[in-house]
Amino acid sequence: MSTPAPRQLVVVGGGMVAHRLVEALVDRGGVADGGWQVTVLAEEPRAPYDRVALTSYFSGRDPQDLALGDPGLWDTPGVQLRRGEQVTEVDRAARVVRTAGGREHGYDALVLATGSSPFVPPVEGKDLPGCFVYRTIDDVAALRQYVSEVDTRRQEDGSPRPVTGAVVGGGLLGLEAAGALTALGVQTHVVEFAPRLMPLQVDEGGGEALQRLVGALGVQVHAGTATAKLTAGRDGRVARMHAAEGSAAGLTHLDVDVVVFAAGVRPRDELARACELPVGPRGGVVVDPSCRTEDPAVWAIGEVACLDGRTWGLVAPGYTMAEIVADQLLGGAAEFPGADLSTKLKLLGVDVASFGDAFGTSPGALSVVYGDPVAGVYKKLVLSDDARTLLGGILVGDASAYAGLRPLVGRELGGDPAAWLLPEGAEGGPASAELPDDAAVCSCNNVTAGAIRDAVRCDGCADLGAVKACTKAGTSCGSCLPLVKKLVTTELAAAGVTVSSALCEHFDVSRAQLFDVVRVTGITSFSELVDRHGRGRGCDICKPVVASILASLDSGHVLDGERATLQDTNDHVMANIQKDGTYSVVPRIPGGEVTPEGLIAIGEVARDFGLYTKITGGQRIDLFGARMELLPAIWERLVAAGFESGHAYGKSLRTVKSCVGSTWCRYGVQDSVALAIALELRYRGLRSPHKIKLGVSGCARECAEARGKDVGVIATDNGWNLYVGGNGGFTPRHAKLLAEDLDTETLVRTIDRFLVYYVRTADRLQRTAPWLEEIEGGLDHVRAVVLDDSLGIAADLDAAMADHVEGYTDEWRATLEDPEKLRRFASFVNAPDSPDPSLSYVVERGQPRPSTAAERTAGEATGAVLVAGPRLEVFSR
Amino acid sequence: MTATLPPETTAPAGWTTVCRYDDLQPERGVAALVGDQQVAVFRLFDGALHAVGHRDPVSGAHVIARGLVGTRGDAPTVASPMYKQVFDLRTGVCLDTPDDPAVRLPVHPVRLRDGWVEIGSGG
Repeated sequence: MSTPAPRQLVVVGGGMVAHRLVEALVDRGGVADGGWQVTVLAEEPRAPYDRVALTSYFSGRDPQDLALGDPGLWDTPGVQLRRGEQVTEVDRAARVVRTAGGREHGYDALVLATGSSPFVPPVEGKDLPGCFVYRTIDDVAALRQYVSEVDTRRQEDGSPRPVTGAVVGGGLLGLEAAGALTALGVQTHVVEFAPRLMPLQVDEGGGEALQRLVGALGVQVHAGTATAKLTAGRDGRVARMHAAEGSAAGLTHLDVDVVVFAAGVRPRDELARACELPVGPRGGVVVDPSCRTEDPAVWAIGEVACLDGRTWGLVAPGYTMAEIVADQLLGGAAEFPGADLSTKLKLLGVDVASFGDAFGTSPGALSVVYGDPVAGVYKKLVLSDDARTLLGGILVGDASAYAGLRPLVGRELGGDPAAWLLPEGAEGGPASAELPDDAAVCSCNNVTAGAIRDAVRCDGCADLGAVKACTKAGTSCGSCLPLVKKLVTTELAAAGVTVSSALCEHFDVSRAQLFDVVRVTGITSFSELVDRHGRGRGCDICKPVVASILASLDSGHVLDGERATLQDTNDHVMANIQKDGTYSVVPRIPGGEVTPEGLIAIGEVARDFGLYTKITGGQRIDLFGARMELLPAIWERLVAAGFESGHAYGKSLRTVKSCVGSTWCRYGVQDSVALAIALELRYRGLRSPHKIKLGVSGCARECAEARGKDVGVIATDNGWNLYVGGNGGFTPRHAKLLAEDLDTETLVRTIDRFLVYYVRTADRLQRTAPWLEEIEGGLDHVRAVVLDDSLGIAADLDAAMADHVEGYTDEWRATLEDPEKLRRFASFVNAPDSPDPSLSYVVERGQPRPSTAAERTAGEATGAVLVAGPRLEVFSR
Repeated sequence: MTATLPPETTAPAGWTTVCRYDDLQPERGVAALVGDQQVAVFRLFDGALHAVGHRDPVSGAHVIARGLVGTRGDAPTVASPMYKQVFDLRTGVCLDTPDDPAVRLPVHPVRLRDGWVEIGSGG
């Protein structure tokens, strides 16, 4: 039996859309036996990569990280990728393409996926050295190289001015380019001809908000400004950009070292023109809804295709076209359904989203606008004339509602639209459960809500990762991930698996979301928070969480006003409750270093108050059996001896354990004790989702067991290695390496950011190890945030820690000075100093311990049970 | 599911004055000695007063007044600070194990007179 000879498919262009076409064909089994033989001719010397994420190449990512999908795709039998091969001619009559290298490839079907080239406005000087475009990895690499050369030259010349750059174009691409320049340390200007930034995506209000946010990041925006010409300096390189007359704010020129053109793109339709295929009025190869050109053997997809009379400059419609052609090549009849031009981006760390009828051009459209210039947020929803159906919207500064809103375009919003605009509308969003099955959730990969539900229901996907792998949802731009996660969670819950991120019955959001709500709204009391963003009056779950969040956001005393009512008894009396209702007391001993006088003082307190004494695992001393009404007297003595709260009771920094280090140890290479003390004093009192422990070892022998801590520091010959995410306890974990050979200043700054980021984003009672596992992107993401500022929040994190350090006061000292706070320590409201009559103790190994029930029964008969008083007589056997 | 058992309240033989109403912080409890009984007294956000036994039936320690108050559905609650069982302040029933008669707080009559809080005792 013979199989028919495989048909030849030639794809011209090796971008994201070409990749998707081949992937779709392979996935559908169209390449194996008897199917298509695929040849992809790529001009760039590399496999297709994620051009959308190009800017991230600047933030230190390897070009390999931009790889798309499974790299094994190009090893599939029947698939051939020819890199660096530029097609120069299409001979439709002979059905062959010819390349610059003189090679010929015959085809049965030809797909043009040549994409676009950057548009460079025809201004004088546009080709001077120092002028760049922004499209490919090579463009980016050349730009980076140039900036680094200019920088070196400036430093050699001792020039005080930093490298300065101008981006021509303030649209999406222009702001991407500005972000890239900023990441290179370039003082960046953005020149936009339109009167605002991103004129195609956002309205005037959004543009203003965006300009403010971008300006705050040090990028100077010149809207309403046209570039007249570029002139060179004495070295022949670009040196000055001249603004056209009549530009806004009277700008005449900018002195610059580098210019990036990002003023739009033009379809690369030259092959089609040469072989006389029809092109659109503004370029692009004309195709019908099945993406076929006038020649039935030739197709065009992606940015080069002119469909419905226009080209489509986003990746999502390009992917749709790729899927259509794959279907058509296999005998299907798929057609272009129209495209969703919604966009959500993080430009320079600023969230921007625009979707549906963003400008409210539909007849009778109404707008609901929420603007907060202080927080830098602008949000607008466009609704139908009856204010029920969502038509579109614009989100600037906080686009967290985007994932929930975009699939609802064209549908009834349900409830008060304002609920989506206020911060709590975030991911919670009123209504993902009711999202219809046919609503597109992931527009990049065209995955519907129904497909995600099926993946959980029918394909047994049990978590977000499995659903991503199964449906491809959220694997491109990732903006829909919150919604995908929510759908998965809802579906799992319906299947009886409990995965709700709701804190408790009073708040529907997770701790991290609640943290954002408090931060954005500036709410400072539990009552207001539960009134506005929750229900009921709280419980033992949410109250301590809110107390912790409030403590993180301002450093008022944990027992001030209403906050006192939110604290678990441990935080309320600043001691740790024990099984008989008495407490243990732990003074702070930073780094485990204590003087003989300090030890004596603690010993005397323990002796005088009859406390059981034990050394803790965190290198300090725990004093047990302190009755609530005695805590102030005990602390009076401890504070007088120079001790302060050890926060053993709090979800907060506990200890920084250290080995003795280079001052005494013959192996130590750094002073681990000094660092441990500095860290403990820096982070003492820091409220967090769970307890935090640190360790510092003076050499690789690791005597401080630092890798068993949330943050572990191990000395090297060159500085410090930093490990994160370790813990003992129920599920022990070893910490993982975050960074190597840091100097002390960098180390401290990195720990600062790590801790604040954890405090802000972790779930309730989630220690650092599970947090690192569950946070999107894992350790690499956290490393990028704290070391490379990938989210643009480092300054904010630094400021938050600076506030903490600045605002620290010893809670116990403050309490002793405040008669109002001391009242809570009364044992009985009508007998403030009477001990709990039910307490009883026996002596064991020379110290007291609570009596057992049997001992109490026997003791009542014999009178042998001790009752603790302020001075418990302790005798040895 | 709540109130499967009637509150264990008995008519008081007498009233013990324990503190000024204004001494009580809203949403927090205090312990009071009423004869030889330890009672936990709570003033809630809406001004309501509740009094239940101070002894946590699960741990045996006298700590209930130090628990966090809140709501579960419509029920005003206190959570034991020891092992976190949640009790209905109106009935003393443990909302986690409502059918276990051993895990339950006695409820004491409480009233406000001339700005003073009084707990019913004896009976």
